[in-house]
Amino acid sequence: MHIVVCIKQVPDSAQIRVHPVTNTIMRQGVPTIINPYDLFALEAALELRDQFGGEVTVLTMGPPSAEDSLRKALTFGADRAVLLTDRFFAGADTLATTYALATAIRKISTEFGAPDLVFTGKQTIDGDTAQVGPGIAKRLGLLQLTYVARISALDLQARTIDAERRSEGGVQLLRTRLPCLVTMLEATNQIRRGAMADALRAARAEIVKWSAQDAGVEDISKCGLRGSPTIVKRVFAPAARSEKATLIEAGEQPAEALIDAIFKRQPALEPELAALARGY
Amino acid sequence: MIEEKFDAIVVGAGMAGNAAALTLAQRGLKVLQLERGEYSGSKNVQGAILYADMLEKLIPDFREDAPLERHLVEQRFWMMDDRSHTGLHYRSDDFNEEKPNRYTIIRAQFDKWFSQKVREAGATVLCETTVTELAQDAYGKVIGVRTDRADGEIHADVVVLAEGVNGLLGTRAGLRKRPTPDKVALAVKEMHFLPRETIEARFNLKGDEGMVIEAAGTISRGMTGMGFIYANKECISLGIGCLVADFQRTGETPYGLLDRFKRHPSVAPLIEGSEVKEYAAHLIPEGGFKAIPQLYGEGWVVVGDAAQLNNAIHREGSNLAMTSGRIAAEAIFQVKSRKDPMTAENLALYKKMLDESFVIKDLKKYKDMPALMHTQSQNFFLTYPELVSKAMQNFLRVDGTPKVEKEKTTFKSFIKARSWSGLFGDAFRLARAWR
Repeated sequence: MHIVVCIKQVPDSAQIRVHPVTNTIMRQGVPTIINPYDLFALEAALELRDQFGGEVTVLTMGPPSAEDSLRKALTFGADRAVLLTDRFFAGADTLATTYALATAIRKISTEFGAPDLVFTGKQTIDGDTAQVGPGIAKRLGLLQLTYVARISALDLQARTIDAERRSEGGVQLLRTRLPCLVTMLEATNQIRRGAMADALRAARAEIVKWSAQDAGVEDISKCGLRGSPTIVKRVFAPAARSEKATLIEAGEQPAEALIDAIFKRQPALEPELAALARGY
Repeated sequence: MIEEKFDAIVVGAGMAGNAAALTLAQRGLKVLQLERGEYSGSKNVQGAILYADMLEKLIPDFREDAPLERHLVEQRFWMMDDRSHTGLHYRSDDFNEEKPNRYTIIRAQFDKWFSQKVREAGATVLCETTVTELAQDAYGKVIGVRTDRADGEIHADVVVLAEGVNGLLGTRAGLRKRPTPDKVALAVKEMHFLPRETIEARFNLKGDEGMVIEAAGTISRGMTGMGFIYANKECISLGIGCLVADFQRTGETPYGLLDRFKRHPSVAPLIEGSEVKEYAAHLIPEGGFKAIPQLYGEGWVVVGDAAQLNNAIHREGSNLAMTSGRIAAEAIFQVKSRKDPMTAENLALYKKMLDESFVIKDLKKYKDMPALMHTQSQNFFLTYPELVSKAMQNFLRVDGTPKVEKEKTTFKSFIKARSWSGLFGDAFRLARAWR
């Protein structure tokens, strides 16, 4: 079995600062980490490999320094790492990113074997779009299982996978055919600590590095900034709200006291609600 | 247990460990370096000042890409009482040379760069891997290390202990004793962020010029200690440290000292309006020559802070760390090239080479200084600073008192506080310790 896990190197949001004057994010000197959601995807993939055999390839697109994240993924126990790096990829939105990653996964298929499963995290902590996983699936024509909490069964003979998908109001138990793409939810497992042998192997491993050309990109205009219809118009830090929380004496009837306080602060609310109620 | 065997395992990736691993790898040895932090420098909280000369011996063209903050053009020594400071400042445009001699650095960034050089030289560097104990054979010879990773025992011909001031591995294996509270200082440090222009205006700097303030006096409440202020590009490192034994004796708290230092009327305006991003504390070896433990044994050598190598007078901690790491590596390389085993007898070469270097010569020169400063801490850190401050004020105030009388008052205040014999005794002891 071959599993590809897509990861992203992101700035450690716990240590990010917003420039007080320009309101831009100060990336300089901010340490980078593997997108935390991707670690749940990686662990899920490693568990399946340990159970069913095969290989896990981690893939990322990013600057040359993204090698650090790939090496870390190898320390956790991944078998192979591919870095997609080229200045043509810079400034990509999710449309351009999925184009590049899908192209690289096709190349991985021919070089190292077609993947049975592609994993991504639910979303990244810097972009928060949750579009890249589904985008890759669409481009590669893969079935997709999003927001997966647990992989409950995998049948390599029958080529099926069973997963628990969390949705609003409940859990869906889904079965689909392989190959497919899975986006993993947070807090569904815990990334392992690699053994000494893994750490040693990771420290010396040769990372596969592909430029756009190496990866087989045919249309460079679909990559990076040129291939990105999304434009960041403005970045700003939300202004602090002047409103302050107030302590309400609850007394005998706390619900009434609370409602009174809300209506006092939002005078338009009471007549609106009353009008709505009359409608029923 | 890992089957593969290394020529050398270096424990720790600070200055001493990186210098040792780099030198060993440059000489073609098969080196494994183990670091418990997420990356080299991630656990480091030093000030910090870098001396170029020692680094040049390892990486001649380091100025090209090392993350340096500012080169020092000015040094200020302050003797402080509660409301004043008497300063000796030295500033010279000579320090604006093509290859400056001293820099402020931020170790978390610098060590990361240094570690990259170690990797490029061919060493295998594993981070987030803690060495839990030394692996020893039936005769006590060190044959490798055990780590906190699964199947984590790994062997080498020699282990270089660059594990830092606490030296837990060496003490656990019975190679040396833990440093006692009178031999280590506890220093606390904060990083104060300010716009670049503000720092340059407040400290009279332009471009990448930097300056350092070192302060002693009543800020340490009669304990043996010092405060420091270093100007980096966009932040100020500010801290204070005192002997652990003094903290024990007086019950003073490090954060209390730091707070008082920051509120001092000479210091407060320098950091006004800054954003504090980091608060850190660390031990510093202060015992000097007399505290140096056994430096080598069967299958092991110890370098840097773990070997208590720090010249407190000249603040050469990382400098001695780099040098001892390099010298240990060179000694190991010589033993290895002769195809000799890494026995204590052969590794004694490291001590011999270190004795001949400036490291031990300098520490020997100041061998009595730590004890003098410690036993006389009340005089050197309380009485004298207050007397000097009073004398200066007396000298500068113009108030109609005849100058002859002013001088008399100043002399009398010194005699009253310390007596003639006390004054001569202190001067004599200080001169002898300096000799």
